[in-house]
Amino acid sequence: MELFWYIVLMTMLAVYVILDGYDFGAGIIHLFFAKKEKDKKAITNAIGPFWDANEVWLIAAGGVLFFAFPTLYASSFSGFYLPLIMILWLLIFRAIGLELRGQVHNPIWEAIWDKAFGIASLLLALFFGVALGNVVRGVNLGSVVNGVSTHEAHYFFLPLWNPTFSPQAEQLGILDWFTVLLGVVGVVALTIHGANWIIFKTNSDLNEKLKKVVFILNFVLLALVIVSLLIWHIIEPQPFHNFIEHPWLWIFPVITFTGLFGMFKVKTFKKHGKGFLFSSLFLGGGLASTVASIFPKVLPSTNAINPDLTLYNVAAHEYGLSVGVYWFVIAAFLVGVYMTIQYRVFKGKMDDVGYGEH
Amino acid sequence: MEDMLFYDRMQFAFTITFHYLFPQLTMGLSLMIVYFKWKFLRTKVEKYNDAAKFWMKIFALNFAMGVVTGIPMEFQFGTNWAKFSELTGGIIGQTLAMEGMFSFFLESSFLGLFIFGEKLLGHKLHFVTGFLVFLGSWASGYLIIATHSWMQYPVGYEVLENGKFILNNFGALFSNPWLLPSYLHNQAASIVTSSFVVAAIGAFYLLNNKHNEFGKLFLKTGVIFGLISSLLVAFPTGDWAAKNVAEHQPVTFAAMEGIFETEEGGSEIVLIGQPNMLEKKLDNKIAVPNILSFLTYQDWNAQIKGLNEFDESVHPTNIPGLYYSYHIMVGLGTIFIGLMLLAVVQLVRKKLYKTKWILWSIMFMLPFPYIANTTGWYTAELGRQPWLVYNLLRTADGASPTVSSGNTLFTLLGFIGLYLLLGLLFLMLAGKIINKGPQLNQHH
Repeated sequence: MELFWYIVLMTMLAVYVILDGYDFGAGIIHLFFAKKEKDKKAITNAIGPFWDANEVWLIAAGGVLFFAFPTLYASSFSGFYLPLIMILWLLIFRAIGLELRGQVHNPIWEAIWDKAFGIASLLLALFFGVALGNVVRGVNLGSVVNGVSTHEAHYFFLPLWNPTFSPQAEQLGILDWFTVLLGVVGVVALTIHGANWIIFKTNSDLNEKLKKVVFILNFVLLALVIVSLLIWHIIEPQPFHNFIEHPWLWIFPVITFTGLFGMFKVKTFKKHGKGFLFSSLFLGGGLASTVASIFPKVLPSTNAINPDLTLYNVAAHEYGLSVGVYWFVIAAFLVGVYMTIQYRVFKGKMDDVGYGEH
Repeated sequence: MEDMLFYDRMQFAFTITFHYLFPQLTMGLSLMIVYFKWKFLRTKVEKYNDAAKFWMKIFALNFAMGVVTGIPMEFQFGTNWAKFSELTGGIIGQTLAMEGMFSFFLESSFLGLFIFGEKLLGHKLHFVTGFLVFLGSWASGYLIIATHSWMQYPVGYEVLENGKFILNNFGALFSNPWLLPSYLHNQAASIVTSSFVVAAIGAFYLLNNKHNEFGKLFLKTGVIFGLISSLLVAFPTGDWAAKNVAEHQPVTFAAMEGIFETEEGGSEIVLIGQPNMLEKKLDNKIAVPNILSFLTYQDWNAQIKGLNEFDESVHPTNIPGLYYSYHIMVGLGTIFIGLMLLAVVQLVRKKLYKTKWILWSIMFMLPFPYIANTTGWYTAELGRQPWLVYNLLRTADGASPTVSSGNTLFTLLGFIGLYLLLGLLFLMLAGKIINKGPQLNQHH
């Protein structure tokens, strides 16, 4: 049962990253590349009717985490207190940036909310990458100081950074050079992903330029992925042991690199959705490869005193997990129906949706 | 340690109070928008469709505010109340996860279609999307109140040796005797808010001599919905909810009603008075003898236990706060019934649109349903203190063990600043929509 809910949770998080990821990416493109009002309109039209439903995947995944793995939810949400609250603030700015911009026609008003939307999207992409870095690196469970736990074995608290900025210090911080590197990977990957979505869903003049951006950034992404993989060995001496024991897991890295290399052909794609498909493969495959490499750990311990949190020692009790399957299957089916309807109504190019016009 | 708990509680109280200003309107308003749209489909009179469209704008703004302030609520269980989440997540996580899966996806998928899809979908399907948004928001309320009810009256659980609560009966979460009265009471109260807002905007247009046709429609619809819902809030739902408290949380009931001492031969109902916690009595009391006993047990002489009968360790933490919250709620509820009754009488006599003083009163009444809803929730929440899970888990034992008071105060100040900004933006934009009024140019 734990494994079932683990797969459900990871799938929901991957769907969240793929769906809200294109919103963040679109926000970053909006911030750096959209200069004309027409281009900005095209971008907000392409995500306007979707972003709210996309964000629900985060809330729903949070709910499933709470219900199926309450100890992990409690431990990680209190331990990553400051960055999580900041993510909430950024989500608020992203949302009001999008929703309030069109309410008043005034250049200063519009400029403020454009920047709010763009900067919040950029920082969210960075923070989610940093978050992944923190999970991979692990935390000082039990807040061990000089060999003694100062809290219960599964609790911890991380400040935003420590003076050494090193992922191997005894007292860790949220930001260190390893987690920031993954944050940058997040920004680059989601920028590409967002550009692909805009190319897919609009006939904007920006699209030709965006194809070049995707092409160039893809080299950056490839370089970052290689560097991250090399550095991974410093953090975790045997990152591939799960892959050696279970060779079928190699399918995830294969998917990841299919997505990554596929995007180099962005300029030749006839179907506009193809680039988006490849960047989705990259994101989904990359996340799956990452969690597969630390499985069954869900939050590793960086000290020798307290054990890692694994999906087995943080899960709720058997009865609750079993009974949850019934309502979850019904709900998941309904979600599939809603999404089908939503994406069918807004199928094709969305330049004329009129998002934010009142 | 004391500081930490205080800031954790302040942050939850502040963020939930602000958050609930928005869903209480959207739940009731979605029903009224569906009503306007249905009326249009039946009569084909264009003004009903225009009314639905106008209120959709207000709805969309409120909904956005509700969403952005709602996510912090779910996160705060983990960030600030980690111990509580760890111990009870297997139970309250069920209903909270169900809320995400069943209602948020429904609302968010169809809200976009409802707002942008009228031309694409045609009127009938557009009505359906509106209905689905309404359904989603009411389902959300239901699952939140199921969670709330479990904390007030825990059922279907077992406590393990390590203190963890585990679920052993899923069905019990939904047949909880606390759930139905609380849910109906709360939903009726949210219709009170929406109908008072609709009526107040109608009164504003009539007093302004602007958008008169819509002014009359809003006022008429608002006062009819308002009278029905404010009656339902009091009876049977409020009565039922209060009897639940009297039966299952007698110490809370005594504090709410301001009963310090058990009175032989029946308890009085306190209308006005200030709790004096030093001398354990009410100052400046105005009360009517025996009424409380009658209302609670339909027996003039029934005994109601006073606070003196309970050990202080189980007394609600903030007795004056609880007492005032309850009395403000009940007092306002009574005024709402009175005002709406007068308005409906004038409506029937075809004099409502000309009775200036009632129009002014209705317009100025706009903020008060919000106060009544908020104090109603304070009554429920302060009444549960000092417990998170009634009689089983104390609030002091539920906070996050590793988050220091300095960090919580930092985020609390951040939320206060950010929500102040949100509140100002909301008022400004809602004012703009209301001032512009429904679009007559959409008549064909």
